[in-house]
Amino acid sequence: MNLLTFTDRGIYCSVADVYIDPWKPVKNAFITHAHSDHATSGHQSYVSTSTSVPIIRHRLNPQKITGVEYGETIHAKGVKISFHPAGHIIGSAQIRLEYKGEVWVVSGDYKLENDGISTPFEPVSCHHFITESTFGLPAFNWEDQFTVYNQINNWWKQNKEKGKTSLLSVYALGKAQRIIHHLDYSIGHVFTHGAIENINEVLRASGLPIQNTSRVMTIGNKQSFEGALILATPGSIQSSWSKRFKDVSVGAASGWMNIRGMKRRRGVDKGFILSDHADWKGLISAIKETGAENIYVTHGYADIFSKYLNEKGWNASVVNTQFSGDLSNDTEQ
Amino acid sequence: MKTFTQFFIEIDQTSGNNEKIEALVQYFTITTKKDMVWAIALFSNKRPGRTISTSLLRQWASEKADLPLWLFEETYHIVGDLAETISLVLPEPKQSSDRSLSDWITHITSLKNASLEEKKAFVLHAWDSLSKNECFLFNKLSTDGFRMGVSSRLVIKALSKYTGLEENMITHRLMGNWNPETTKFEDLVLKSQLGESLSKPYPFYLAYALEKEVNELGDTDQWIAEWKWDGIRGQIIKRKNQLHLWSRGEELITEKFPEFSHLLSHDSTDFVIDGELVGFKNGNILSFNLLQTRIGRKNISKKILESCPVIMIAYDLLELNGMDMRPLSLLERRESLSILISNPVFNQIIVLSKSINFRSWENLEEMRLQSREQQAEGLMLKKKSSIYETGRKKGNWWKWKVDPLTIDAVMIYAQRGHGRRANLYTDFTFAIWNETGDLLPITKAYSGLSDLEFQEISTWVKKNTIERFGPVSKVTPILVFEIAFEGITFSNRHKSGMALRFPRIKRWRKDKTPLMADHLQTLHEMAKKI
Repeated sequence: MNLLTFTDRGIYCSVADVYIDPWKPVKNAFITHAHSDHATSGHQSYVSTSTSVPIIRHRLNPQKITGVEYGETIHAKGVKISFHPAGHIIGSAQIRLEYKGEVWVVSGDYKLENDGISTPFEPVSCHHFITESTFGLPAFNWEDQFTVYNQINNWWKQNKEKGKTSLLSVYALGKAQRIIHHLDYSIGHVFTHGAIENINEVLRASGLPIQNTSRVMTIGNKQSFEGALILATPGSIQSSWSKRFKDVSVGAASGWMNIRGMKRRRGVDKGFILSDHADWKGLISAIKETGAENIYVTHGYADIFSKYLNEKGWNASVVNTQFSGDLSNDTEQ
Repeated sequence: MKTFTQFFIEIDQTSGNNEKIEALVQYFTITTKKDMVWAIALFSNKRPGRTISTSLLRQWASEKADLPLWLFEETYHIVGDLAETISLVLPEPKQSSDRSLSDWITHITSLKNASLEEKKAFVLHAWDSLSKNECFLFNKLSTDGFRMGVSSRLVIKALSKYTGLEENMITHRLMGNWNPETTKFEDLVLKSQLGESLSKPYPFYLAYALEKEVNELGDTDQWIAEWKWDGIRGQIIKRKNQLHLWSRGEELITEKFPEFSHLLSHDSTDFVIDGELVGFKNGNILSFNLLQTRIGRKNISKKILESCPVIMIAYDLLELNGMDMRPLSLLERRESLSILISNPVFNQIIVLSKSINFRSWENLEEMRLQSREQQAEGLMLKKKSSIYETGRKKGNWWKWKVDPLTIDAVMIYAQRGHGRRANLYTDFTFAIWNETGDLLPITKAYSGLSDLEFQEISTWVKKNTIERFGPVSKVTPILVFEIAFEGITFSNRHKSGMALRFPRIKRWRKDKTPLMADHLQTLHEMAKKI
């Protein structure tokens, strides 16, 4: 019997009686990161990195949650469980489980670049590696991230010169803070949609250095948005919320912007290819670095990616989970 | 190519028409005249001939990117565009190139008779020296299908702004059969009508579908009603003893319809007639299917001429003896048309589209319901005073089609779409119940749903795929859709023995279960009625 099994509630370790990122209510939930497809509500007790704790508290208000540091070991019925940086978003982790010399790693979502705000990814040696495949196709190869930050700042600057407001579509948790961290504040004022500002406040309160941003107020005094950059969630840009902004240029920052058809479908003026997931080469190099022989591929292009890994000599298989990798609806519950 | 690529990026990043026109004018200002002619050609769907097969491009790209071919193919099905897929998987280029757009095109065209090795060497060298966006455009030029969100209408507006010439004049000059390899910008756009090609057609006046109640059109006396025939809209041009036949898609189809050649024996009268080409035999209009088969044939054999003889039903007269008739009223044009084609030489080759007598709008509505029996798609309503306008315009002409036929069918296969629909399941196969209680595939349909619905269905397809055949997913037969279509033809190529004409998805019947879908019997009954 394998140490981890894939059940209809989530990834399960029966020896320790622990679920990892379960999507149906369980007793013990270990959470890789606070995105809504990995951190769901209704579990009796939660364990996550201490950085994720305030975010999970804010989003799910759990009765019981324990924070652990990266690298700290928890002993559960003979299973050694520890959290290691995944580089995906602030507080994100890969979860390592060791039992009788066999090591499994559930990587959650991850990326290999250091985004300057999340604790950078660290490869963890293991025998069994569970990987995402959100961008597991050779068409996804990310450009250097600093080139993309420059593109965003230039776009904002040019819009400002034309008297336009820049409206940028980003995920509320992760992408928003990563971009804020690299904005050129000499250009102008930065506003945020409420869902993003709530997260910013939680992170600032826990001592993380998130620059100043102003919440877009839905009531009260009129704010002037001319020449400003507004960060908003994908859902809010398509809703009537965004109608308050006149003369806008709409941008989106996401790995999906790499595909023209998907960019056109989103109806944005400018697509920035910036992802918190590993690209094709990133996925393969992460897998190599673990030294694992057995690879379990979850959400994304799992069937294609695992077929390729098998051809290349790994023992890879597809596992079905409820993780989506698409966070268009990732807001507070 | 750098200037063209920069321009492409700008166009690609804006959805506003005015900004696109600005970008076009800006491009025209900085580029060479030679590149400009090619750019105009590309936007008007004129492409360099294809000299390298796409299967070779796929093979070379997967080799160069060090990917197994199957992986390249899978990636292509998700990206939804071959040129883009290649540009995305190739490694970074080693050098750069200053070749112009027209220079690249000339090179691509010159490969026509080159050996396989020469072709491969050229393509690999190109991929090695072009940035990602340049590479995408190079691949687009080498394959076909060059759409980049610029309609020919926008190009005409931009050219008008750039040259100061009237839009209508430019539209006319860009029509017809010019070759971007040999045509100079000055000759194409700037030179006056004198000495212009005798084959040049006029832009068609196209109608919108009637969007209000018919009685809101006012006094019936001001309107003419005609049958909207289901054929191929065309323009037949006789000038200085030359005859040309154009389809609405701006294709020169003279050779395909030798029936009309004897019009040259007519006296010296010159004319341009707008009408519908239909198959016609023993006093009956033939089904569109027969006409389509005829068009598909490379050689027009005697047998085809006998099984599907073609006539033109004339709607309008655009030019008579060198005079542009379009500014005259419809009534005046029809009058001249009727006199012109009363000459025996037109006998049984070009016939006048009759205007339908009707007492009231209610009366006309009843007649519209008989369209299918007439082999017509519905009615055309035209204001008697209307001039012949350019392109699709509202107000004076309206299409008033019959409502489509519909059936409820179950989705059984799904495939991802292309372009704007990349990575979404949008191409579906639908089935209905046969006599033995099995689901029988009846038609494919791609359009009719909103992006949001396609998104919802895509998520569903991913979770409900039973089996995959390459890009095709076989799904659990649960979802029911109402399929609209215009007609039924019998066909040996289809398992069901029938083919639907113009099938599209009318709506998603979330209220229906698969057992409530239609039976083959229903289709047979419909077919009998038509």
